Amino acid sequence: MSESDSGLWLGIDTSTSVTAALARPGHVLASRTVTSGNVHVEQLMPLVSEVVAESGHVLADLAGIVVGIGPGPFTGLRVGIVTAQTLGYVLDVPVRGVCSLDIVALTFAAGRPGRGFTVVSDARRKELYWATYDAAGKRLDGPNVTLPGDVPTGLLVGPAAELYELAGDRVVVPLDPGAIAVDPDRLPDLGTEPLYLRRPDAQVSTSVKTVLAGRPS
Amino acid sequence: MSAPLVLGIESSCDETGVGLVRGTELLANQVASSVDLHARFGGVVPEVASRAHLEAMRPTLERACEDAGVDLSEVDGIAVTAGPGLVSALVVGVATAKALAVSLNKPLYGVNHLIGHVAVDVLDHGPLPSPAIALLVSGGHSSLLRVDDIATDVRELGSTIDDAAGEAYDKVARLLGLPYPGGPVIDKAAAQGNPRAIAFPRGLTAAKDLERHRFDFSFSGLKTAVARWVETRRRDGEDVPINDVAASFQEAVCDVLTAKAIAACEAEGIDDLLIGGGVAANSRLRALLEERATAAGIRLRRPRPGLCTDNGAMIAVVGGAAMVAGVRPSSLDIGVDSGLPVSRIVV
Ligand SMILES: [Zn+2]
Repeated sequence: MSESDSGLWLGIDTSTSVTAALARPGHVLASRTVTSGNVHVEQLMPLVSEVVAESGHVLADLAGIVVGIGPGPFTGLRVGIVTAQTLGYVLDVPVRGVCSLDIVALTFAAGRPGRGFTVVSDARRKELYWATYDAAGKRLDGPNVTLPGDVPTGLLVGPAAELYELAGDRVVVPLDPGAIAVDPDRLPDLGTEPLYLRRPDAQVSTSVKTVLAGRPS
Repeated sequence: MSAPLVLGIESSCDETGVGLVRGTELLANQVASSVDLHARFGGVVPEVASRAHLEAMRPTLERACEDAGVDLSEVDGIAVTAGPGLVSALVVGVATAKALAVSLNKPLYGVNHLIGHVAVDVLDHGPLPSPAIALLVSGGHSSLLRVDDIATDVRELGSTIDDAAGEAYDKVARLLGLPYPGGPVIDKAAAQGNPRAIAFPRGLTAAKDLERHRFDFSFSGLKTAVARWVETRRRDGEDVPINDVAASFQEAVCDVLTAKAIAACEAEGIDDLLIGGGVAANSRLRALLEERATAAGIRLRRPRPGLCTDNGAMIAVVGGAAMVAGVRPSSLDIGVDSGLPVSRIVV
């Protein structure tokens, strides 16, 4: 079986936890997540090696890589994206970028919830990243970043569903990139530029503080 | 057996660098800088730099391979800056290096950025003399090092206790209404000015300071003295002679750096002096150091200015030296260390 026929895809996402999965069409072979703290750059590559080895494969067997492009905390997010880009370059396979919240929606919609829902993840600074979906998991609005109080109420789903005391039903659903690696074309390829949603923090500091005694008049 | 072919990645501050080096031979040195994006902030904004690293990494990697005419499969090892530097910027390089090491099945070396600045001169002037004293001056660092072996044995003799030399340049430039980064513009203005026009203080050179801080630097007091002098003139409605201020400030910085570097050589009984780091591209520092080294009978090694600023080739040199010295490769779960001490050459 040639590489491209194997249909073996690696899924990685670092928008929340560090997570990697290996799948072939219709079947997730391995999926691993590390949740503790800021461990993205430390743990991602060991995790990728583990899921590949656990499935009895080598990286050269990959047909492609699908990566979550956020939204998510920036430093960790970039680790996943640059890892996917580099692996794709060396292995000469396609790299597809997908909205990380969409991956959660795919997982949840597979359980046929029968109504629309909102996927939320932790944006830190007392805010949430969110997007709304119909019952089939099709994205309707977002991704956005707002205060928890501005997130649409109803059915809240996702890694941060219980992070704040919000009205309505809440279901914690972790992000598993296996959900997209089994069928990489299920979500549109958005490219590999991160969904930052926020501008960089930067103080424009072109003023000069006085060092003379007393206040300038 | 020929020296190993090493790919080096640098992303500790605002330059995305990828270099390819075989021993002392430079095959490629591609650098993408985000310096222009930081100019209006008057300094490097970590998040802006990190975003730029992500955008530039793959194209820079591709350009370096093309430039060297090297296929990645020919590379023997991957080296990357593991620190010191900006965490959010460093992780882009380290993640890239890990992906390369695993997919190419080659050893990974997470190395010290500062040692890269010291080591890069091998690309211009061949293997380093051992032992040697190294004066390392950049936007983030000012240190005097004793280098016995570039891969295994470097000791810090002294460093700045407040601002780095390059930082002082940026602050004085801003004070004079000159653009960021301050190093090149002050150097240029200083060339038109009188270095003896104003007697600015030389930090940590008084007898009592030399007892505790013989090889340490301090540029904060100098920066304040320049500000006080300039503000006083402005308050009194007098013109500020920018070129003279720049020249006198630069002279104070270079005087201290060179005097302490020569003193370190003499104290350690070492006749070889290296310089490295972005400020090592400064014309006055290079000239004054040459003058004083010659007078003291010390051999001076200065990499070309283009290799003084941050780049991937300098990181590849350290990785190559580590491979040849048989240093154990880094494990796949290394992180980054914003304050990596200079004595840790490979993490
Ligand atoms: Zn540097």
